[in-house]
Amino acid sequence: MNSALKNTLLFAVVGLMILYTGFAQSWNTALLILNMGLISAIMALGVNLQWGFAGLFNVGIMGFVALGGLAAVLMGMPPTPGAWSAGGWNILAAFVFALLTVVAVVMVRGRMRAGWARGVVIIAMMIAGFFIYRALFDPGVEAVEAINPALTGFLGGLGIERGLWVALAWPVGGLFAAAAAWVIGKTALGLRSDYLAIATLGIAEIIIAVLKNEDWLARGVKNVVGLPRPAPFEIDLQNDPGFVERAAGYGMDPVTASTLYVKLAYAGLFTVVLVILLVMAQRALHSPWGRMMRAIRDNEVAAEAMGKDVTARHLQIFVLGSAVCGIAGAMMTTLDGQLTPGTYQPLRFTFLVWVMVIVGGSGNNFGAVLGGFLIWFLWVQVEPMGLWLMELITSGMADGSPLKAHLIESAAHMRLFTMGLVLLLVLRFSPRGLIPER
Amino acid sequence: MDFLNAFIALSNFVLVPAIAYGSQLALGALGVTLIYGILRFSNFAHGDTMAFGAMVTVLFTWLFQSWGISLGPLPTALLALPLGIAACMLLLLATDRVVYRFYRAQKAKPVILVIVSLGVTFIMNGIVRFIIGPDDQRFLDGERFIVSARTFKEMTGLEEGLAIKTTQGITLITAVIVVALLFWFLNRTRTGKSMRAYSDNEDLALLSGINPERVVMITWLIVAALATIAGVLYGLDKSFKPFTYFQLLLPIFASAIVGGLGNPIGAIAGGFVIAFSEVTVTYAWKKVLGYLMPESLEPDGLVQLLSTDYKLAVSFLILLIVLLFKPTGLFRGKAV
Repeated sequence: MNSALKNTLLFAVVGLMILYTGFAQSWNTALLILNMGLISAIMALGVNLQWGFAGLFNVGIMGFVALGGLAAVLMGMPPTPGAWSAGGWNILAAFVFALLTVVAVVMVRGRMRAGWARGVVIIAMMIAGFFIYRALFDPGVEAVEAINPALTGFLGGLGIERGLWVALAWPVGGLFAAAAAWVIGKTALGLRSDYLAIATLGIAEIIIAVLKNEDWLARGVKNVVGLPRPAPFEIDLQNDPGFVERAAGYGMDPVTASTLYVKLAYAGLFTVVLVILLVMAQRALHSPWGRMMRAIRDNEVAAEAMGKDVTARHLQIFVLGSAVCGIAGAMMTTLDGQLTPGTYQPLRFTFLVWVMVIVGGSGNNFGAVLGGFLIWFLWVQVEPMGLWLMELITSGMADGSPLKAHLIESAAHMRLFTMGLVLLLVLRFSPRGLIPER
Repeated sequence: MDFLNAFIALSNFVLVPAIAYGSQLALGALGVTLIYGILRFSNFAHGDTMAFGAMVTVLFTWLFQSWGISLGPLPTALLALPLGIAACMLLLLATDRVVYRFYRAQKAKPVILVIVSLGVTFIMNGIVRFIIGPDDQRFLDGERFIVSARTFKEMTGLEEGLAIKTTQGITLITAVIVVALLFWFLNRTRTGKSMRAYSDNEDLALLSGINPERVVMITWLIVAALATIAGVLYGLDKSFKPFTYFQLLLPIFASAIVGGLGNPIGAIAGGFVIAFSEVTVTYAWKKVLGYLMPESLEPDGLVQLLSTDYKLAVSFLILLIVLLFKPTGLFRGKAV
C-alpha cells in the first residue's frame, strides 16, 4: 500500500468516525467535534512547526491560546462608555512610563562603567520607577473597575462586531502570541533545551494568572460573555421566515436547522483558515528555509558550521509557531462566544496538543492535522467510553456500595490517564507517528 | 520607631512562612536536581510524584486515625510517611523499568525524555485523581501551634504576636535532618561517591566499574523519599490538593535552576531564594513600615508590591533574570 493511499484512508477513517457520531448521536455533536477538531488541527500545526520542523519543546501552548482569546475580546467587545476617560489613559500612561523606565535602565547600564555605583543607580531607578508606575496604574484600575462592575468594569475593546470583520481578531491573536513568544524565545533559546520548556511552562501560567486577576483588561474570572461572532445568531435565523421555509423544505424543524446552519458556517470559516495555514506550512516545509530548519534540527553543530544562525532561526520559528497557536486560540474564543480564564488548564491546552502532534506524526503537517482531529475525537468520546467501561466493571457489585460509587465518579479522570498512556505508547512503539515525516 | 515589634511582625508574616516554604521547595528542588545530575533530563513528573507520595501518606494517615493511633501532639502523618515513601519508591522503580529504561538504552536525546516524563506526569496525575479525587483533603491533626500569637503576646508583653505552626517547625526540622543525611550519603558513603562520579563524568565512571543501573536505581529511591517528604510537608502546611502539586513545578524548577541544575547545594539555596522573594514581594509591608517610620511618614496604602495571585510570576521573573545573566545558576550547575 503506498503512503498516499494509506494517508487518505486514515483521514477517511477519522471522517467516518465523525459521520458515525452524526448518525448515532446527533449532528450537533458531530459538528461540534468537527469545529473543535479544525481548531485543534491548527494548534497542532503550530506546535508541529516548532517541534516537527525545529525540535523546540514548547509547554506553554495554553498561554499562547489564551492570548489569542484575549485578542478576540479586545477586538470584538464594544468599548465601555467612560472607561477610557475614567482611568484608561492612566493605565496607558503607566505602561508607557514603565517602558521608558526600562529603556532608561538599559541605557544607564550601557553608559556607566560596571561596578557597585552602577548597581546602586540601577536598583534605585527600578524601585523609584516601580512606585511611580503603581501610583499611575492603581487609581486608573480602580476607576475602570468601578464602572458598573456587574456588567462591564473593564476597558472594553475596539467593538469590531459586524459580520466577517470579527475574524480580524484571529490574526491579531496571532500577533499577541507572537509578541509573548518573542520575549520568551529571546531569553530561553540558545540555552540548554529544557530551559525553553520550563520558561514556556512559566509564561503560560503567568498569562493565565494575569487574565484571571486583571479585571480591567478582560473582567478576570467574571468572564466576558456575548462576544460578537462572524456567523448569524440562531434566534435571528429562527425569526427569518425565509430560513424557516427552507428548513421545512429539508424536513427539519427551524431550531435544529438554525443550530446546524451556524455550526456549518463556522466549519466553513475554520476550514478556510486551516487550508491557508496548511498550504503555507507545506510550502515552508519544502522550501530551502524548511530544509535548513530540518538540517538545524538534525544536527545543530553541522548547521552552525555551514554558517546558519541557529539561535535566530529558532527564535523565528518559535515565534511563528506560537502565532499559529494564538490564531487558533482567538478562533476558539470566537466560537465559544466567551472568554473564561478559569477554564484554561495545561492538561487540556498544552498537553493534549502535544499528544495530537506526536500521535499524528511530528514533522509532517498532514500528520499534525490528522492527529488534531483524531485526538480531539477521542478526547470527547473517552469520557462516555470510560463511564461505560466503569459501569461494565461495577455491574457485578451491589448497588450503593461505596466502591462502585467511587469508581463511577472517577470515570471522568480516565481522560488524563488515557491520554498519558496514548502518548507513551506512541512514543515507544511508533515514535514517528501515524503519518511519518518523509 | 519600634524595632522589636517590627521585627516580630516581620518574622510572623515573612520570615517563618518563608523558611517553611523554602525548606519544602529545597526538598523538591533536590529531587529535580538529582534526576538532572544522574539521568540528565528535567523531570516534569516530579510534582505529581510528590502528589502520589503524599496521597499514599494521606490514605495511611486516615487508616491510622480510624484505628485510633496517633502521635499525640505531632501529626499522625509522620507515622504514615515511611509507608508513603515505600509506595512512592515502588512506583518510581516501576516507571523506570517500564518507561525510562528503554530510552536510556537507546541513548535518547534529553528532550525526548522530557516529553516522556510529561506523559508520565499525566498518568500519575490520573492515578492520583482516580484514587483520591481532585478535591482538597485535610489530614492534619495533633497540636496546631508550637507558639500561638496570644501566648507569645502574654509571654513577652509585646504588641505583635508571633505564631509558629507545628507544621512549620516540623518542616524545618525534617528538612535539616533529610539534607544532612543526603549530604552524608553523597559525600561519605561509597555508593554516594559513585553517584557523584557518575554525575560528573559518565564514561569515566563506567570505566572504573560503576554499575549504571544500580546508580540509577538508588537515585530513584532517594528521589522518591525526597519527593514524598516534600509533598507531605507541603500538604501538612497548606492542604493536600492534587492540582497544586503540578503548579509547584514552576517554583521547584526555578529553585533548581537558580541554584544551578545538578548541584545539590544550589538546589537548597535556590529554594530559599525563591521562597523569600515570593513571600517578601507579595507581603503587605504597611504594618512593618508603620513600626519603623515616624508617624508622619507612615504609608497610606498596603505597600504590597504584587498581589498574592502573582506568586508564580515572582519565581518566573527570578528564573528569567538568572537565565539572562547567569545561565549556569548561582552555584555552578552542569551544562549539557
